[in-house]
Amino acid sequence: MRKVITGNHATAYGAKLSRPGVISAYPITPQTTIVEHIADFIADGELSCEFVKVESEHSAMAACISAQNTGARTFTATSAHGLALMHEMLMWAAAGRLPIVMVNVNRAMGPPWSIWADHLDSVAQRDTGWMQVYCEDNQEILDTTIMSFKVGESRDVLMPTMIAEDAFYLSHTVEPVDIPDQEDVDAFLPPYDPPFKLDVDDPKGFGSLVMPNNYMEFRYLMKLALDRARERIVEVDREFEEAFGRSHGGLVDLYRCEDAEYLIVAVGTTSSTVREVVDQLRSEGEKVGLARIRVFRPFPVDEVRAMVRGVKGVAVLDRVYSFGAFGPFYTELIAALYGQDERPVIKDYLVGIGGRDVRSKHIRDIYSNLKAVTRDGLDSETEWIDLNRPGGGA
Amino acid sequence: MGRFTIPREEYMRSGHVGCQGCGACHAMRYALKALGPRTIISIPACCWAVIPGVWPSRNLDVPMMNSAFEVTGASISGIRAGLDAQGKRDIQVVGWAGDGGTADIGIQALSGMVERGTNVIYIMYDNEAYMNTGIQRSSSTPVGAWTTTTPIGSTGYWEADEKKDMAEIMVAHRTPYVATANIAYPEDLIRKVRHAMEVQGPKFIQIYAPCPTGWRMDPGRTVEIARMAVSTHLWPQYEVDHGIYTINLKPKKTDLKEYVKLQGRFRHLPADFVDAWERRVDRNWERLLEKERFTRELVEKGLLPFHPLHGSSGKRPGGVGSHSADLPTADEVREDGE
Ligand SMILES: Cc1ncc(C[n+]2csc(CCOP(=O)(O)OP(=O)(O)O)c2C)c(N)n1
Ligand code: SF4
Ligand SMILES: [Mg+2]
Repeated sequence: MRKVITGNHATAYGAKLSRPGVISAYPITPQTTIVEHIADFIADGELSCEFVKVESEHSAMAACISAQNTGARTFTATSAHGLALMHEMLMWAAAGRLPIVMVNVNRAMGPPWSIWADHLDSVAQRDTGWMQVYCEDNQEILDTTIMSFKVGESRDVLMPTMIAEDAFYLSHTVEPVDIPDQEDVDAFLPPYDPPFKLDVDDPKGFGSLVMPNNYMEFRYLMKLALDRARERIVEVDREFEEAFGRSHGGLVDLYRCEDAEYLIVAVGTTSSTVREVVDQLRSEGEKVGLARIRVFRPFPVDEVRAMVRGVKGVAVLDRVYSFGAFGPFYTELIAALYGQDERPVIKDYLVGIGGRDVRSKHIRDIYSNLKAVTRDGLDSETEWIDLNRPGGGA
Repeated sequence: MGRFTIPREEYMRSGHVGCQGCGACHAMRYALKALGPRTIISIPACCWAVIPGVWPSRNLDVPMMNSAFEVTGASISGIRAGLDAQGKRDIQVVGWAGDGGTADIGIQALSGMVERGTNVIYIMYDNEAYMNTGIQRSSSTPVGAWTTTTPIGSTGYWEADEKKDMAEIMVAHRTPYVATANIAYPEDLIRKVRHAMEVQGPKFIQIYAPCPTGWRMDPGRTVEIARMAVSTHLWPQYEVDHGIYTINLKPKKTDLKEYVKLQGRFRHLPADFVDAWERRVDRNWERLLEKERFTRELVEKGLLPFHPLHGSSGKRPGGVGSHSADLPTADEVREDGE
């Protein structure tokens, strides 16, 4: 069934089709309509699940963790301050090896108050152990929700996933979305069957005190799980393509990168604008492609190494800045490439922070600048694009 | 041969790592005897996060999960929802938290859990301070007490505020069943837990649990001091069942000085402070007697017991706790136009 719906509506469909046993969530702009759509599904009898209407996001994640621990599949959604409030529980979910799926609508953090797109909220949760998938369109959100349950619930992964969608560009923008049939999703995604759970017939304890002689091993097992998840994400993307006829690119979504001399690395919805510009530039004879980092955790180290082979210059578009350092996607890219024999010139461009529009013109300027610094040498590692008072006290 | 008044079954094995004379350990042992094996427990950060033992050892024979300090109410809401989603309705879900995890950092999640009518038992074992982190004051610390954040110093910096009344806060939430209990009265404690198992909706039990380490008392006198808490009227043993107060024990009042004398945490208190405190204790006791009398009047007027609208996670009746199953559900009430 094809419907013209918002990213938030697509999220709610993705959750519904995955048949969660428990949903627990708390409203925050611009995530609110996800919660509302889910409530509508339940009220209309289209979705049968326990909906725990908690008093905070912290409790939402705590309820999901505990429900998942009983063997129920759980889902939640949040944004910005809600995600920040969950921080402690995000680590609990990951280390508890609970494959919860959560959609985070990427929104700027206050102060000053802002409700528009920005990646600081999710990137700040980078080290919690959650997988992170950044989406480019509404179809991808729906499909990724279903796929993430399958990846996370794999016995050799058992880790939670955060799906990131840009505020308003996706959350509130309508697009045609194919909504798969329930039977097809059921065939693709088997019921959740964890190896351990809270069970009165097989009583076990979870999360007990562990001494330093054992703690490190638990963390090492998490490392192995996310390493394995790299392969599972690609496998499940392929299985999804077989079942539903579309793929979203696995870890890195490459667009016109064959024979490219220059790459523009983008994340989330900025990628769509870059796609347009790549088409324009290609028609003008430029050898440029788009590399959309789809999965930030686990970081696609091998894919990133492979994609820059033969490339002269790389522009990284970061919609988030790590104060006192660089843009985080840039840092990660550099870390993956350091030690490689062949390294392109790489420059970090800060764009769209707090929902400022990233236009084709900006991308073209960035491309010109990238060519110049590739030829003449880097002027600086990072450049903030479209500041009101460049070089001033902005 | 005499009749055993306490079940012989044990779900807490030997080998706990709590201190000698730990009241919180008595509390768990008795509570589990009442709860039995079809119970799932969530325990936040507190002494009881450590007492079961270091991984991979564990002295509890029921499934349990550790959770973060402030989430017990949300955690057991999640466990209940997860079990309900799988049709497992015959399992008791229990939150087991300290006074800090309940009255302070966890009160928001607890309030939400109760307000949603969640079908769970929340047990607060009250040792009157943050013991796990080394005896810092909580809002449940009694007035006058020494703790490491209310040191006496040269200025008499002891706890200046009165103990927060969690049971009354829970009554104000229209919690279907609220009770205080005490490790020195195990039959009463077990009866209350068993009654809670029969009641539909949220249940709250606050158990007085002396902490020899934090109270600076002789670990051999845990039960004796716990009894004195009741006989001094400092810790009334009562329950509030769908709004109706019952004081379970009305002992002849004993001297608060005797109670204070046995605990190093009160050693510094001047005699006139204890006298003034005792007068407050007496007034609290009188007020409680009046509440018991008044709510009985309300029963005669047909205003109590109150009928909660909620069942477990919403409208579905059934599952553990059948006590109020004959009460109207939200849907029925709507039909009645009430
Ligand atoms: C968010 C958070 N803040 C602080 C702590 C540290 N902490 C652990 S247990 C505890 C005190 C627990 O007191 P209480 O709930 O009364 O239980 P008790 O230790 O007395 O049994 C504190 C402050 C924590 N674990 N988590
Ligand atoms: S510190 Fe107190 S409550 Fe904690 S284990 Fe020791 S005696 Fe028990
Ligand atoms: Mg305490």
